[in-house]
Amino acid sequence: MNQDKLDTFTLDGQTIPFSAGQTIIQAAIAAGVYIPHLCFHPEFKPHGSCKLCTVKVNGRQTASCTALALANLVVENNTAELNNERLTLLQMLFVEGNHFCPSCEKSGDCQLQATAYELKMMSPHFDHFFPDRPVDATHPEYLLDFNRCILCSLCVRASRDADGKAVFALSGRGIKSHLIVNAESGNLVDTDFSSTDKAAHICPVGVILKKRVGFAVPIGQRRFDAQPISATPHPIAKGDA
Amino acid sequence: MTTNLETAAHPEALRRVAIDPVSRVEGHGKVTILLDEHNKVHQVRLHIVEFRGFEKFIQGRPYWEVPVMVQRLCGICPVSHQLAASKALDAIVGAKHVTPTAEKNRRLMHYGQILQSHALHFFHLCSPDLLFGFDSDVAKRNIVGIAEQHPETAKRGILLRKFGQEVIRHTAGKRIHGTGAVPGGVNKSLTIAERDLLLKDIYQMVSWSRDAVHLVKQLHHQHPELYNSFGAFRANFMSLVGFDGSLDLYHGRLRARDENGNLLFDGVDYQDYSQLIAEEVKNWSYMKFPYLKSLGTEKGWYRVGPLSRVQNCDFISTPLAEIERREFVAYSGVMPMHAPLGYHWARMIEMLHAAEMIKDLLHDDDILGSDLMATGERGFEGVGVIEAPRGTLIHHYRVDEQDLVTMCNLIVSTTHNNQAMNEAVRRVAQQYLHGHEITEGLLNHIEVAIRAFDPCLSCATHALGKMPLQIEVLDAAGINLSSLSRTSEGVLS
Repeated sequence: MNQDKLDTFTLDGQTIPFSAGQTIIQAAIAAGVYIPHLCFHPEFKPHGSCKLCTVKVNGRQTASCTALALANLVVENNTAELNNERLTLLQMLFVEGNHFCPSCEKSGDCQLQATAYELKMMSPHFDHFFPDRPVDATHPEYLLDFNRCILCSLCVRASRDADGKAVFALSGRGIKSHLIVNAESGNLVDTDFSSTDKAAHICPVGVILKKRVGFAVPIGQRRFDAQPISATPHPIAKGDA
Repeated sequence: MTTNLETAAHPEALRRVAIDPVSRVEGHGKVTILLDEHNKVHQVRLHIVEFRGFEKFIQGRPYWEVPVMVQRLCGICPVSHQLAASKALDAIVGAKHVTPTAEKNRRLMHYGQILQSHALHFFHLCSPDLLFGFDSDVAKRNIVGIAEQHPETAKRGILLRKFGQEVIRHTAGKRIHGTGAVPGGVNKSLTIAERDLLLKDIYQMVSWSRDAVHLVKQLHHQHPELYNSFGAFRANFMSLVGFDGSLDLYHGRLRARDENGNLLFDGVDYQDYSQLIAEEVKNWSYMKFPYLKSLGTEKGWYRVGPLSRVQNCDFISTPLAEIERREFVAYSGVMPMHAPLGYHWARMIEMLHAAEMIKDLLHDDDILGSDLMATGERGFEGVGVIEAPRGTLIHHYRVDEQDLVTMCNLIVSTTHNNQAMNEAVRRVAQQYLHGHEITEGLLNHIEVAIRAFDPCLSCATHALGKMPLQIEVLDAAGINLSSLSRTSEGVLS
């Protein structure tokens, strides 16, 4: 058997090499191909929850962040059908929280917003839930704005796997799922959260924010001002280590 | 000073005429007029029927978000809200004085806004009334008609506005709803390339602005009876005035005069505005009625905006605008000008001043500096006041120790002018409505008076003078006697 042939699959007709144990999205990123995603991060185990990275593998849908790359797979990614479904997922994320881009300091630096631009989302389509989610401003250096949480669990994984802590967790089930912090009071200030934690810099949206920074970066110099999110297969946040 | 037309003694016996919505103004307002069987006017009200709620939903948000959020109040004057909020929040971050680079870039942004807003108002919204006549052919009474009949005027209006928007874009990042001003300073200064780009056109803008003053001045001289008396009423007036008594649209102290031009107060630190001004609520409008506490609700209402500012200051610091100010004051005579149409003249003088200020700032190297932010001892309360295109704009915030806003009070320019606009409408109703059948042209007279104030129910939604309009005449029992409507295409039926 030819070893070289075993090490590739096709993604929208393009030959993608992979090594043993790589997932489809890891192999795609390594080859410079963008697959839309929110909860995936190359430094952490996949969570498989946002489903935005769903691709068709040999005609069947699967999350590319959890599906292992195998030889000779035929993977579809950038198709109208998949992108329409991704758009619907995005629209549901937008209406479940309170995502007011016009006054959000992460605007221009937000993966959710950038992905919505990428997939040409023109409206939220669904009725807004307008959930009541007060911010947690108890910590002197950091603010938690739960309005923007998309339950990607990256902060949960970063705190647990990189920081060796358990500052964040997802609580509740189904539509009642929500982000909590590990303190009896429920307040960030009463956790062992630190500004040097990996978890402090991992949020792809605008939940975990360093206080008093706000709009310090002018329009035109923000991460996604210069190029769309698809220009970098995985956009590492500025604060990412 | 009032016409006593706010509330009729027996409204149930009167018929009602409504202008809903008022056109070529922003947002949603309506005018209701109650007439008796002889068409005598008994009651006239300008109602503001929108409810926004910014003061409430800003509570609980981090303070650094505020300038960007509250500017969404408006699509024409967002810079004013961004700057007023930033000035208020300078106190929260302890920036008693922002850096020269920050102040000059903020001023540049502000003068860009004054230029584009005043140009929009005069050329796009009001010149059709002034150049064609208040009751001229409605199909042509818009900016498209101006473009056909006065193409050079229309072109200048469009390019003046565009230039102002470019100034905003280079200082705030976007033409509308940018992020330039932040608590404590600015997030960017002008680059050399941006400055040179603006310098290329500024001299033309100064020249065209001066021509615009001459145009509106000429209208006053050609039709003095109309321009001096249309909707005229006497009122107190208030504005910020620079520390040296000059016209200063960005910073200064509060000064107010009575209807004769005598000082009511002067040199007041705007941090103390709440000791001077209170707001009355009336059950027929969502807009409050501010008044000077010392004079009470009946006599304490006042006017703000260009007509107030140009007559309230001692001088204008830029030479061309100062020449025009002196001529304006000389034209008025001993007493201040109170005629609403005088707003247009004063507004163009301010536009000229803004263009001159932009020119001066572009020649100031501080505008290119890198020292953008100032900090100091943390504060918990701040008031920011600025002279927005339409008048005095007050932002007041309290912030808790966790950096969240706990209180917000905004008094916007149009709110200050609430009673004044109502008075203007009542005067015009008295002057023009008696014994006349309702026509579109007649109703436009009412709107001309409102538009003179450039109300900030006037910013975003007007589309070339083609806002839909509905007028109904009801008898005392509410039966529709006649009606007139105008579609968004300008078709009457």
